[in-house]
Amino acid sequence: MTNSIASDLEPVGTPGPVRIDSPVRRVAKEFVEDPVAVVGLVLFVLIALIAILAPWLAPQNPYDLAQLDIMDGGLPPGEVSFGTGDTYWLGTDQQGRDMVSAIIYGLRISLVVATMSLGIAITIGTVVGVTAAYFGGKLDSFIMRIVDLQLSFPAILVALILLALLGRGVDKVILALVIVQWAYYARTVRSSAIVERRKDYIDAARCLALSNRRIMFRHLLPNCVPPLIVVATVQIAQAIALEATLSFLGVGVPITEPSLGLLIANGYDYLLSGRYWISLFPGIALVLTIIAINLVGDRLRDVLNPRLST
Amino acid sequence: MKAGKTSLIAGIFALGAMPALAQDLAIGLKSEATSMDPQFHQLSTNIQVHKNVFETLTSQDAVQKVGPGLATEWEAVDDTTWRFKLREGVKFHDGTDFTARDVIYSFCRVPLVENSPSPFTIYTASIADMTAEDDHTLIVRTEATNPLLPAELWSISIISADTLGAEEEVVFGPQGTCEGLGDVPQSPAFNSPDVAVGTGPYKLESYTRGSELTLTRFDEHWGGTPAWERVVMRPITSDGPRVAALLAGDVDMIESPPIQDIPRLEDGGFKIVDALSNRIIYLHMRQEEGAPGIEGAGDTNPLMDARVREAISLSINREAIAERIMGGYAQPAGELLPPPMFGSSGRPVDAYDPDRAKELLTEAGYPDGFTITLGTPNDRYINDEQVAQAVAQMLARIGIQVNVDASTASQFFSRRNALEFPIYMAGWGASSGEMSSPLKSLVATFDEKTGMGPTNAGRYSNPAMDEVLLRAMSTIDDAERDSLLQEAGTMVLDDYGIIPLHYEQTVWAMKPELDYEPRVDQYTMATEVKPAG
Amino acid sequence: MIVYLVRRAGQSVLAVVAMAVLVFLGVYAIGNPVDVLINPEATQAQIAATTQRLGLDKPLWQQFGIFLGNAIHGDLGTSFVYGRPALDIILERLPATMELAVVALILSVGLGVPLGVWAGLRPHGLAGKTIMGGSILGFSLPNFWQGMLLILVFAVLLGWLPAGGRGQTTEFMGLEVSFLTLDGLSHLILPAINLALFKMSLIIRLARANTREVCLQDYVKFARAKGLSGRRVVMVHVLKNIMIPVVTIIGLELGSMVAFAIVTETVFAWPGMGKLLIDSINLLDRPVIVAYLMLTVLIIVTINFLVDVIYSLLDPRIRLSEMKG
Repeated sequence: MTNSIASDLEPVGTPGPVRIDSPVRRVAKEFVEDPVAVVGLVLFVLIALIAILAPWLAPQNPYDLAQLDIMDGGLPPGEVSFGTGDTYWLGTDQQGRDMVSAIIYGLRISLVVATMSLGIAITIGTVVGVTAAYFGGKLDSFIMRIVDLQLSFPAILVALILLALLGRGVDKVILALVIVQWAYYARTVRSSAIVERRKDYIDAARCLALSNRRIMFRHLLPNCVPPLIVVATVQIAQAIALEATLSFLGVGVPITEPSLGLLIANGYDYLLSGRYWISLFPGIALVLTIIAINLVGDRLRDVLNPRLST
Repeated sequence: MKAGKTSLIAGIFALGAMPALAQDLAIGLKSEATSMDPQFHQLSTNIQVHKNVFETLTSQDAVQKVGPGLATEWEAVDDTTWRFKLREGVKFHDGTDFTARDVIYSFCRVPLVENSPSPFTIYTASIADMTAEDDHTLIVRTEATNPLLPAELWSISIISADTLGAEEEVVFGPQGTCEGLGDVPQSPAFNSPDVAVGTGPYKLESYTRGSELTLTRFDEHWGGTPAWERVVMRPITSDGPRVAALLAGDVDMIESPPIQDIPRLEDGGFKIVDALSNRIIYLHMRQEEGAPGIEGAGDTNPLMDARVREAISLSINREAIAERIMGGYAQPAGELLPPPMFGSSGRPVDAYDPDRAKELLTEAGYPDGFTITLGTPNDRYINDEQVAQAVAQMLARIGIQVNVDASTASQFFSRRNALEFPIYMAGWGASSGEMSSPLKSLVATFDEKTGMGPTNAGRYSNPAMDEVLLRAMSTIDDAERDSLLQEAGTMVLDDYGIIPLHYEQTVWAMKPELDYEPRVDQYTMATEVKPAG
Repeated sequence: MIVYLVRRAGQSVLAVVAMAVLVFLGVYAIGNPVDVLINPEATQAQIAATTQRLGLDKPLWQQFGIFLGNAIHGDLGTSFVYGRPALDIILERLPATMELAVVALILSVGLGVPLGVWAGLRPHGLAGKTIMGGSILGFSLPNFWQGMLLILVFAVLLGWLPAGGRGQTTEFMGLEVSFLTLDGLSHLILPAINLALFKMSLIIRLARANTREVCLQDYVKFARAKGLSGRRVVMVHVLKNIMIPVVTIIGLELGSMVAFAIVTETVFAWPGMGKLLIDSINLLDRPVIVAYLMLTVLIIVTINFLVDVIYSLLDPRIRLSEMKG
């Protein structure tokens, strides 16, 4: 913000020395008023930390096949390994994989897939959305037609077909998730940007002959952030669930790098036979993650949408 | 628990309960027949259903021993000519009589079936001529010596020439050049009971795709009155719901209950029968230069070294796989067909010896192992993906790092045939019940022209073995053929040209009031289901 | 209005054509169905003959040309597996999926709207909070996992309801339906709940948010101030105002229900189109995959078109802005 004219033109998004209460602080303050949301946030941070620190936390590297012992396969929670004498607190799956480690690493894969696809989809969606809003006219209606068309197709169907064609793989799942998600962001960004574009300060910026790119990203974009955050929290939960569903249907991540969804799917075969732990614990981890994100997202939406705060 | 009570009650009131039970039979199948045309798609799912409605000249019992069917006896007149005596007094479901003309018509129709995804022509292609000496005597001439003819005849269902609109005189011609067939009905027509007319113990009553297929008893069957008045076959493709359907009493019997659910079914008082199948699960290795998917082994393909292949075989703990992954419903394999089936030699299973395996790797110049991609389907064989992972685990112990590349069968088979995998796991069921089947398809030198080695995606080649195998395949004398096949099989296994893992065991679960003789060919046939006792 | 309709219809047709190209090229570019279908003992010559018979030896563009030519006449190809027209096979399965989707939709709207409105009217009450908590749960539990739990609890542990399949069907207005028999109904309950839960949570949240927003509008405040009973305010003003988003949801979600039915049908072995799709993907039965997708595209595009029309009837502003634009 070196350009003094531009910062003078900034709408309510920029923290300035004059303001007592920055929007970020206001949001934070209101956010903590809801204890349930705080629990969600803490839970989510915890889960994210576990996923990030997986290699140091997990007792075993579940991807290193040499560390697994098939003779330890299918042990119930609390059993001790035949070979190493370690205790499997949540049991093992058929391959002798420690479920605690599998869940920690599975969480990692699930979150990596979701955040990677989120990042790429937001980037694409934002560029497309801001461009459409800024230039308007034919380009705008053309882009929005594509967005509408894309959104009219259920994500699960598009992703399923894509992966059935592409085959399994972490990269392929990310690609499929990006393809089904970018349009949400494009639409969100465009609709907030278009409101902003009509305001006078944008015209003023144009008169000052600021570059299109500068106006789009310095001035239009910041105003799209609050709705974008709301959509992103909903979408990241959706992405995690979708990845799990795809893996469950057998078209997701590869078996040697199981995500939570794949762990559940593998355990599904054993559910009826009483080996509940293979499927149940990853399921709980998955549901906790999604609930935590949704709780945060829910509160954020209430907070960021001032019309509703009564 | 509920079923346990039921079986107790059934035990007490056995006599009173039986007649009601004995009328209807409902079977839960793991996949659905794609057509009621017995000559449309060569697929076990279809065949096992058709066997109730249609019959064949020869039969195969539960261990695939060939016996009489619609033909009562046969003899090889010379190397290429066979004479079959046909059964007299056999009637089709619509009342027409069965004669040699029906047989000729049936074989004539095979090449004329349109859109067949897997035609039955592989069994009719070798037939040069068929003539009727009289109504119940048939002469068959083959192009070359074919000792397997009686076994192969089990695959061609006999349909009614009259019902399907043939002319009075049906004259055989090879490769679809028959005369007097009239207008040959195509496959969709067979979904109607008026067209799907056979001589089998059950008649087709209705066929509702996706939900059920109903058969009714054919009272005039030559073999006597069948056991069930009505048979319902319901495709329940997901494992869990299929088990649940049996537990809930919706069906009386299911095929292939998932292995992990068997203890639960047994606790519920259900009867479990199982048999060793003719299906071998094996590892095949690319034995040519330029194999993809191998890293850390320099420029050469380590799999071309027999010591490396032996090391792979010795590193695998087959017992552990059979026990842990297959829940005991598999048998470690030492060759490609379980003894005592025809052509097996009783070769012992390779012992689990990781230390020796490491030594062999070092001798071969790979003390630190290498990295390799293992291809496997994930929805084709029992717990296939799990088995592949276990193999990967065991290979990792001797230093061979394995990336398991699992894909659905549809992608796996295409990729395998395109030679994308340096090593892959797959299965083979010997449809003829003899060793010539796996040897010819899996390890004979690949040759497009002669049709040898069609599934040899490891491209193993041993000309000496090929020669022995070819000799076996043109030898009609059973004892001699048996020993030649044993010799050929031993040559391959001494070479570690292919690595047998285990024979799958096929399992059926049913109410305790039923009995089923388990079949090696894995077919579920209503005709073979009997009331217990 | 007519101009708008014609333009909108034109766009729909364009969308269908674009999808046809994408779907066909995508599906026909992968794998080789003959490898999956044929007996592995077949010789190269027999494989070649089968490939030719299925028309797979022709170049892709030629196959596409044939497909388009036939598609115009309503023929979407012949199934490799069943040897019958792919469309027939799918249409046989359509009633089962539609029954499931419609019942689930009725469940989710019938329960979702009242619950959502209630939660919106009393956002801080216990009931409101419970409803919202429940909806977050319904929203968060992945569909297949919900289905598994339903089976585990109601079919396996309690044994009250069957775990899968469709049960007995009867003829109703020319269609095979299962909700008219007790056996059929018992098979329908779990899958319908499974399919409905997610949408119900969505609708609850939507109805709640809209209710809250409407309640803050001046005319509702005014109506309340005027002394109109709470009940009347809800019935007249609130419900009327949340109808537009709900109609949109009903329309759009019916399409996505059909898609989500893929998961539910897989879990509950429900013999509908979704299960057929999964089976066909596994067998590489290309004509059926393509026909399924084309049919789904057609259904979704048609629904969207209808929703837009209803929408424009309900809210004249949309019509005007669209006509200008």
